[in-house]
Amino acid sequence: MKILLIAEQRDAKWNKISFETLAAAQQIAGVEKAALSCAVVGQGVAGLADELAGYQLDEVLRVEHDLLEQYTPDAYSIALRQVIESAKPDLVLLPHTYQVRDFAPKLAASMGKGMIGDCVGYRYENGKLIFVRQMFQGRTAADVVFTGEPPWVATFQAGAFRADLAAKHASGKAAVKPVSVELKPEQIRTKPLELFREAKQAVDLTQAPILVSVGRGIKAPENIPMAEKLAKLMGGEISASRPICDEGWLPMDRQIGSSGQTVVPKLYLALGISGAIQHVVGMKGSRTIAAINKDANAPIFEVADYGIVGDLFEVVPAMIEELEKARS
Amino acid sequence: MADASAWIRESDIGFETNEPDGFALEEALRLKEKHGGEVVAISMGPERAKQVIKEALAKGAERGIHVADNEFYKLDPLTSARSLAAAIEKENFDLILTGLQSEDQGFGQTGVLLAELLGRPHATIIMAIEVADGRMKLKRELEAGWFQWVELPLPAVITIQSGINKPRYATLKGIMAAKKKQIATIDRGTLGVADAGTQRVERIYVPQKTKKTEFISGTAKEAAAKLIEKLRHEARVL
Repeated sequence: MKILLIAEQRDAKWNKISFETLAAAQQIAGVEKAALSCAVVGQGVAGLADELAGYQLDEVLRVEHDLLEQYTPDAYSIALRQVIESAKPDLVLLPHTYQVRDFAPKLAASMGKGMIGDCVGYRYENGKLIFVRQMFQGRTAADVVFTGEPPWVATFQAGAFRADLAAKHASGKAAVKPVSVELKPEQIRTKPLELFREAKQAVDLTQAPILVSVGRGIKAPENIPMAEKLAKLMGGEISASRPICDEGWLPMDRQIGSSGQTVVPKLYLALGISGAIQHVVGMKGSRTIAAINKDANAPIFEVADYGIVGDLFEVVPAMIEELEKARS
Repeated sequence: MADASAWIRESDIGFETNEPDGFALEEALRLKEKHGGEVVAISMGPERAKQVIKEALAKGAERGIHVADNEFYKLDPLTSARSLAAAIEKENFDLILTGLQSEDQGFGQTGVLLAELLGRPHATIIMAIEVADGRMKLKRELEAGWFQWVELPLPAVITIQSGINKPRYATLKGIMAAKKKQIATIDRGTLGVADAGTQRVERIYVPQKTKKTEFISGTAKEAAAKLIEKLRHEARVL
């Protein structure tokens, strides 16, 4: 078996999820006794290729072209199809980033192949490689297997593997092989314009020791002050899941999750947050997680240390009372 | 879970429009109101999928297309997209919009695959749309608070990020008007799309917990007091 990992960079900086997927790729390659190559795509990425060569890999593919300097789904799909057709991997692994979501299904379909996306793990059953992904917003897991001919394309979700487990090269460095691809400007239909960040972040939630975070269960904007009061009494900050910020009940810079901030406070208290994966990836590393939710099956309880199944509009005022009592 | 365990027991749950698709519909209606044209709502699934189309018609879409298949959940993402592409190919839509992903299977591939299969350019996770002179300027959401403007020529396919707008509710007038609107039903079997056979869901199940959760019981007052006690003296985080 041959495995190809496609690492992600922008402006010569890694998307660090690439190293989580590298750890997964190394583990699968170990079981399969497979050759593992890793491709880095862009322009001016020699330094990154050299850094990759320090990891336990059989080969690093440096895929460079002027038209790959800025990401476009057309250029990436066309270039990577050429890489895959010449390297002939059986399994192509990618980190499940926003960029990968944008081009990987297209890349697979351009070869008539399918993709198993957003996997949270893998395992073997009777020698068969099974990919595990979530369905129904994390309420169920699904075992999915490839059925067609390779190459097979799969992506792993952020946080599914530990980047620090990516093994360094045992004896020196992997060979770096430059790979040339053919691209013409007229093949690229998207015109990428400026990259930018919205208004400067007013609060740095990553520095807060305690976060009281609200989700849809808070029901209405007039209930936010209750959660803010609890946060203040606990010596923490208020944060939220995406729908709350989308509604404008709290500013965007209070958002935790894949499109917001990733936090690891000593205490994360989730109020009425169901625990969709996009939220959980932003907070599951917290030291202690407590959750209050009406639904005993809410996925937030998968990651919680303490749970109360109940009405937050009864429990939160009782907590406030308890904390105020301790103060007086 | 159903007995075969590769799908849920459908009689146990209710169904509604996929929330991310609601944002895509709203965006389509707003584009029509600004630039003219027609909004067509398409959905694939069993008979109940028509309800989703009817809701779209009540909100202002002009007509609907229902690709009928009672066992749609067995399709892999590529076969689903090939079926939808076959059903709409001759329509030559200027713009195809989808939600970011579905809340059931959550493959998140349909929009990108439709673009590839129909030979259209695409952009995903869109937070703003500006249209002028046959081109679109789109605000794409990237990770960690970053955004990027991209330009695309029409015709194109875009996937809409949840939260881009506030979806409207259907009015009584809209619901009445919808009764006169057409829904064309196409049996998926007549489209001549073979099973791509790229992948198979072997079983679905309740995920194993990664952490052991200590559930605190009692009245709200008791539970609140116990939780604070545990956070203070057991976890030592308060």
